[in-house]
Amino acid sequence: MGLDFGVVPGYLGALSVGAGWTVVITVLAGAFSIVAGVLFAVGGLYGHPLIRYPVKAFVWLFRGTPLLLQLFLIYFGLVEIGIDLNAFVAGVIGLGLHFAAYNADIIQAGIVAVDRGQTEAGRTLGLSRYQTVSRIVVPQAVRDVVPALGNNMIALLKDSALVSVIGVAELTLSAQLAISKTFRPFEFYFAAAVFYYVINLCLEAALSRIERRMEAAR
Amino acid sequence: MDVELLLRVYPFFLEAALVTVQLSVLSIALGLVCGALGASARLSQLRILRFVGAAYVSVIRGTPALIQLFILYFGGPQIGIQLDAFTAGVIGLGVNIGAYMTETIRGAIIAVDRGQTEAARTLGMSRGQAMRNVILPQALRLMIRPLGVNINAQIKGTALVAAISVVELTYTAQRYIASTYKPFEMFLLAGMIYLVIISATGAAIAWLDRRVAIR
Amino acid sequence: MSTTESEMAGNGPMIDVKNAAKRYGTVEVLRGINLQVRKGEIVAVIGPSGSGKSTFLRAINNLDPLSSGEVWLEDVQVNKPLTSYQYERHINRVRQDIGMVFQHFNLFPHLSVRQNITLAPRMLKRLSKQEADGLAEQQLRRVGLIDRIDFMPSQLSGGQKQRVAIARALAMQPKVMLFDEATSALDPELVEEVNFVMRQLAESHMTMIIVTHEMGFAQDVCDRVLFMDGGMVVEEGSPDVIFRNPSQERTRSFLRKHLKGRN
Ligand SMILES: Nc1ncnc2c1ncn2[C@@H]1O[C@H](COP(=O)(O)OP(=O)(O)OP(=O)(O)O)[C@@H](O)[C@H]1O
Ligand SMILES: [Mg+2]
Repeated sequence: MGLDFGVVPGYLGALSVGAGWTVVITVLAGAFSIVAGVLFAVGGLYGHPLIRYPVKAFVWLFRGTPLLLQLFLIYFGLVEIGIDLNAFVAGVIGLGLHFAAYNADIIQAGIVAVDRGQTEAGRTLGLSRYQTVSRIVVPQAVRDVVPALGNNMIALLKDSALVSVIGVAELTLSAQLAISKTFRPFEFYFAAAVFYYVINLCLEAALSRIERRMEAAR
Repeated sequence: MDVELLLRVYPFFLEAALVTVQLSVLSIALGLVCGALGASARLSQLRILRFVGAAYVSVIRGTPALIQLFILYFGGPQIGIQLDAFTAGVIGLGVNIGAYMTETIRGAIIAVDRGQTEAARTLGMSRGQAMRNVILPQALRLMIRPLGVNINAQIKGTALVAAISVVELTYTAQRYIASTYKPFEMFLLAGMIYLVIISATGAAIAWLDRRVAIR
Repeated sequence: MSTTESEMAGNGPMIDVKNAAKRYGTVEVLRGINLQVRKGEIVAVIGPSGSGKSTFLRAINNLDPLSSGEVWLEDVQVNKPLTSYQYERHINRVRQDIGMVFQHFNLFPHLSVRQNITLAPRMLKRLSKQEADGLAEQQLRRVGLIDRIDFMPSQLSGGQKQRVAIARALAMQPKVMLFDEATSALDPELVEEVNFVMRQLAESHMTMIIVTHEMGFAQDVCDRVLFMDGGMVVEEGSPDVIFRNPSQERTRSFLRKHLKGRN
């Protein structure tokens, strides 16, 4: 059959729109995964046992099972309990929760590494446990683990391709649509790979800027 | 929780788990080969090899594994590579994890290299002799844990081949979710099997790590 | 015998520790310590390493709770037995009145000097930003660091960090200040700037309990000295008595070691 990249330019517009959605999904799921990661980390360390153990179980389960399996769970599971979310929302939640479990682990390690004197100083001033954790311990922990969180965001970008499997319209799915019309899988998956590669480069550049800025602010 | 259903379907899940294990073992083996070659290339004296190694790592780590798998499986026939889904899965996953392992192995070698090469060279060893006799034995110990992280990721990563219809654990779970409308049960069943595989592998790696630890 | 609480507040001690005891497992770290500190009084606590000085000081704001005994701040029992929810509210309130300065400063590294000082007043006393800033400036002038108000802790020397830590504690307008070896982590040439601030504080009649290894400073600044050993107060008295004419052999031998090398 041979290769003919001449078919690609006609679909660049559609691929670009798909790439845009991939960026949107990555940003939304990334933000969600960090916020939820902080909550899980704090809940898993300081929460009431009724919160702590479920959180630990969740993190254990979601770190130990494949993202794709989790996406199926969330996509079909939410419908099962009467929440009919569209694929996009299910994809963002699935990606977000999966990486939240990884982020929680990293942030917990960061929290544990914050000097005990910091908590003591906060408590000595009269701050409550919650105030000390939220205003003194967590900000330092998150700052210390920014590089590790950045690595997770890069992994998230690439894993976002998986949400195409539950029918979320993003870069991979837009390549598949083009393929269904042209029967040229190599060319369009290759083109999608190039898009991912460029987005990945931009994300890496952005992350290293953030890291440098945080380093400078010390 | 529909226990009866679980009891009825679990044999099929176990069968599928066997495929997941096969995929894991074969792709990890291929990954280790790619990783060793990749690290050798990246640490080579030859510029062209260093470039090839760096390009391999950058391209593979810069794009989704799913896309790589699709290019191989769906795009392969266009360039004369016709593979069945399982073989494509093993090769795609193996080449993918190989790029990550390249960096793991290279990192371990570099960590040992400083100082040790010089010490070996002053004893009169060639670069190759120093690498074989001094650096690698130490680096092998150093890389077990981080390779364990790669391996752990790869076991979960094998789920990707569900997207090219290899009947492994995640694919099976998906099929049963669609036919039984019991997503939580099917997720838990498949999930527990993954956790067992991962925990067992993790324990084996920890054991190996203790065995070879430098005391 | 039957003094009411309000009468106590007027004439009673600022700090009253009754029969403080502390065990870690089977190890007795504090064995029944009594201490009353009057308003404006400055008490030094000295003693060999491991004698329980820090444990005692940290029991006063209940950072290390006692196994038995009572700690009172004026008419409030610091370690009042309460349910955990009530205790949280109680202790957070009490600690606002007890400033503490640590050996290792414990400044918040992610916050500027200004934010280190204003954080607690803003959160706990609900001060506006302007009020809190004014307070921070006032306290920083007091410790001579007004020009560093927008620095990060990492940009300060050890002595400056400790002075900021003192300003941070003072910004809560505490009734008592506790110092746990505030200068022992400092390079020798930086000790004096912190001692200077503490002297000033003494002159302003702040009630203080100072754990220290610096006998000279204790002698100059304090009204009373406690010598602790093995979790007990071995001897207690005015600096003149303790440093020049102690009655206990253990005090004498401790001071021999510690006054040696001083001119
Ligand atoms: N968490 C703990 N568990 C067990 N023992 C402890 C603990 N904290 C302190 N101790 C013990 O309590 C004793 C008193 O400790 P403390 O820190 O109060 O001494 P210190 O007088 O402040 O000594 P230093 O001058 O070295 O600061 C020591 O023997 C110490 O080992
Ligand atoms: Mg101490």
